[in-house]
Amino acid sequence: MTSRTTEIWVGLFVAAGLAALFMLAMKVSNLNTYQTGPTYEVTARFEDVSGLKERSPVTMAGVRIGRVKRIEFDDQALQAVVTLAIDKRHNRLPRDTSASIYTAGLLGEKYVALEAGGEEESLKNGDEIRLTQDSMVLEKLIAKFIAKFLQDKTQ
Amino acid sequence: MVAALRYLGRVGLGFFQRLGRANLLLLAILPGLPPLFLRFSLVVRQLYSVGVLSLLIILVSGVFVGMVLGLQGYNTLVDFGAEESLGVVVALSLVRELGPVVTALLFAGRAGSALTAEIGLMKATEQLSAMEMMAVDPIRRVLAPRFMAGFLAMPLLAAIFSTVGVMGGWFVGVGLLGVDDGSYWSQMQAKVDLYDDVWNGVIKSIMFGAVVTWIAIFEGYDAVPTSEGVSRATTRTVVHSALAVLGLDFVLTALMFGG
Repeated sequence: MTSRTTEIWVGLFVAAGLAALFMLAMKVSNLNTYQTGPTYEVTARFEDVSGLKERSPVTMAGVRIGRVKRIEFDDQALQAVVTLAIDKRHNRLPRDTSASIYTAGLLGEKYVALEAGGEEESLKNGDEIRLTQDSMVLEKLIAKFIAKFLQDKTQ
Repeated sequence: MVAALRYLGRVGLGFFQRLGRANLLLLAILPGLPPLFLRFSLVVRQLYSVGVLSLLIILVSGVFVGMVLGLQGYNTLVDFGAEESLGVVVALSLVRELGPVVTALLFAGRAGSALTAEIGLMKATEQLSAMEMMAVDPIRRVLAPRFMAGFLAMPLLAAIFSTVGVMGGWFVGVGLLGVDDGSYWSQMQAKVDLYDDVWNGVIKSIMFGAVVTWIAIFEGYDAVPTSEGVSRATTRTVVHSALAVLGLDFVLTALMFGG
């Protein structure tokens, strides 16, 4: 084996390895969801964000327009403060846009869905979304349902 | 009773002596690594023997492991009507666990044993002493390039294994069993995280590569210079590498995904 052939084979091997890593990054994992352009941030307060995670999607009309950047707890108001990073291209959301936490499918992951309001003025960096609807917790729903069922039965 | 205690003590002392010698050898190799960038042809030759020559077994096992994952995952998931998640199952198990671990085990068998046998024979035929006579440091000339090559080749081999495995799973799931092509890839992309999963897998494979090559080189360098000694050292390389990889895998997994 001449050193030239060896070098060509090693070159091919390294290229194949790097191509495989590249494919794992681009095609298998969520690299393209990291590459967001410039964003602006708005906050929203929720009573309950259970199941929502950082980097969960933010959608409007079912299209992803941003993602959750931070989830914090406000000691004063005892609420969860969620910071949403929204793509700069979508900078014409009305000021009275509302935010709700939904579940994709029955047991899928949580996401924040925005619904447009009707105001002329649009949301800017640092604004707060006033109208929010909490995450639906399956246990709470079932508890309510059972309580209602028992009530109906006793009447 | 006393004899049993004495035997235990001898075994324990022998173990720690070997561990100490292995660490001393590693410390002697490490300063030899940076000068290798000036003479990279030494590393390229070793990359050929540990990397290129391991490609075939890695490719074949990668395809079959991926195909088996596809079949088994499909059979389980179809009961829950969740066969669309097949891509996630295949990709996560490959990228997080099977890619680095199975590659390291194959690497120990294919490349590690060859390294030990080669270095052990060099020692048995007194080539290493001959080098010392010529004022060539065998640690820098023989061991360091091999260590570096093993360390560089492992993450590349593991990445190739995982990629080929994902393709194998795709072939069985989408091609033969009729999972939707779009959901195979899109569910995978939604659930596999670049840093948490892919990057941690790469870190794992680098660690495994270093450990397997270290064990292989040490066993060769420390072998009793007879034909029986070399054959024992080769066996020990494979066994100890496999144990080290599996143990280290648990520790790394607990560190990366446990907390």
